[in-house]
Amino acid sequence: MQPLIQVESLRKHYRDGKGLDSGHVVPALDEVSFAIAPGSTLALVGESGSGKSTLALCLACLERPTSGRIWFGGRNIAALCEKQLRAVRPQIQLVFQDPASSLNPRFTALEIVTEPLVLQRIWKRRQTREWGVALLERVGLSMEMAGRRVGEFSGGQRQRLAIARALSLEPKLLILDEALSALDCSVQAKIANLLLELQSSFALTYLFITHDLAMAAHFADEIAVMDRGRIVEQGIPEKLLGSPQHEATRCLVAATPGSIVTLNIPGVC
Amino acid sequence: MTTGDIEFILEVRNLHVAYFSRARVASSAVVDVSFDVRPGEILGVLGESGSGKSTLATCLLRLLPANGEIQQGSILFEGRDLLQATPRELESIRGRRIALINQEPWVALHPTMRVGDQVGEVLAAHEYLDKKSRRERLRQVLEGLFPAETNRISFSYPHQLSGGQRQRVLIAQAIACGPSLVIADEPTASVDSATQREILTVFESLRRGFGVAIILITHNPSLLVGLADRVLVLYAGRVVEIGPTESVLSHSLHPYTQALLRCLPPPLCGANVVNRKTKLPVIAGDAPKLNTLSLGCRFEPRCEDRFEPCRTREPLPVSPADEHVVSCFKFGG
Repeated sequence: MQPLIQVESLRKHYRDGKGLDSGHVVPALDEVSFAIAPGSTLALVGESGSGKSTLALCLACLERPTSGRIWFGGRNIAALCEKQLRAVRPQIQLVFQDPASSLNPRFTALEIVTEPLVLQRIWKRRQTREWGVALLERVGLSMEMAGRRVGEFSGGQRQRLAIARALSLEPKLLILDEALSALDCSVQAKIANLLLELQSSFALTYLFITHDLAMAAHFADEIAVMDRGRIVEQGIPEKLLGSPQHEATRCLVAATPGSIVTLNIPGVC
Repeated sequence: MTTGDIEFILEVRNLHVAYFSRARVASSAVVDVSFDVRPGEILGVLGESGSGKSTLATCLLRLLPANGEIQQGSILFEGRDLLQATPRELESIRGRRIALINQEPWVALHPTMRVGDQVGEVLAAHEYLDKKSRRERLRQVLEGLFPAETNRISFSYPHQLSGGQRQRVLIAQAIACGPSLVIADEPTASVDSATQREILTVFESLRRGFGVAIILITHNPSLLVGLADRVLVLYAGRVVEIGPTESVLSHSLHPYTQALLRCLPPPLCGANVVNRKTKLPVIAGDAPKLNTLSLGCRFEPRCEDRFEPCRTREPLPVSPADEHVVSCFKFGG
């Protein structure tokens, strides 16, 4: 099957230092290549500073890569101009780790969810409103909550709101940048379930960025391990975790508090 | 610093803490909490947001915000009741006998002060040492935490350090005066898993090396495995279960603890191919609002095992197994 998004030898270099003293180049991404099939999930794991979030920003067209190609919908979106990107951006959406800081506190839930539609000037006001309410309901927020502001929601509800907003333009690819990491265990399970449900009903493709290897193994079809800007290992979870080849993968597996395996938790294992 | 002659260094009895809104409406954040900490023990406090775990941490040091009030109970630390202590006595206990490590290492450190000086400041505030012995003590403390690069770290500014190193600087501040109890509130939130492991190892060696008792507050049960001696589970401000880590996490008795542990993604055992991308079990409903009143057990509306008496009153703690105490009517309550 044709991949939804294909990345070829992507590089992103940042310059260290300021002003004239900007000689030192830091490679945040170095020769990164991968593809994600439509409707599947690729988990990107790695330590902080390994380049996961830079990759997310490049895919969402928020950062221009230094070199390399990103094939999406038959076009190399890394080479498009701003005007052309306007048509691409709605199809790739982001959900961040901390919804409290990524959502506007002065907007109501409905305004948050419908703002992308208003900006893209797609529909009339009534239609937009109806779609917004439907979206809120889809992610498990009731009609009465539509008028509330971000501060009145709990952490899990805020993340539902962020997901609803990301879905408002019916994207094909959703980039989940540590979207579950800041949540409590019981809330994390609920949001993970919601994402799985949405994936099967809207045939969504996910790039799931995380440092939680156990969640990655449960949630994704494939895992890619990043280390210092490179993808050092990629494969299906069983294989990758069963016999990790690269040092970075081994470190991650060892650091995962997976020692809970040895305990006999009811319902698990 | 050993306190081998007493059985408990901290005894908390029937503690009630409430927050008041501007209209004087009370929300009970901690209700009837009792527990002990033994010298050199690591006690894990497990709870989700709103369970009262941070309130518990701050009220042990009498650092509640102005709208928080300790309504009842006693906190005995090394035989002294902290609730009766004068501000002056508290000052000599905080930072010196009981240290608190907060959640965010980047807000807790002064951005334009070298970290060595920041650790030295703690010593200067509490210990009556001359400059030379203070410097000597500072070197010892930093050497314990950064054996390879004591000097470089000591002369660095916080922004030059990684998250794990900053967290270790906070630990250095906490142990500088040789406290007998360290309270760590989510010390590994927002660091990656390798750094997490690194920090937990530091805690383990603190306990080994200095005999410090540690209260480790977290929302992640898997952190406590292999580290904590005992675990206390909080739900809506109440202790639902307390006991040795092994029995609480592998043979949990309270329906809440059991449900919480089921929410975790399956561990990396390779055998879960079939279950991949299936739904994780969840706890139905939301955590109760603290300002609502109910007669019965706080977990009753979400509990799968609820039956008649659950609604009538709150269950009392019972001990079905050795050292394992649970508050649930299933076990008598």
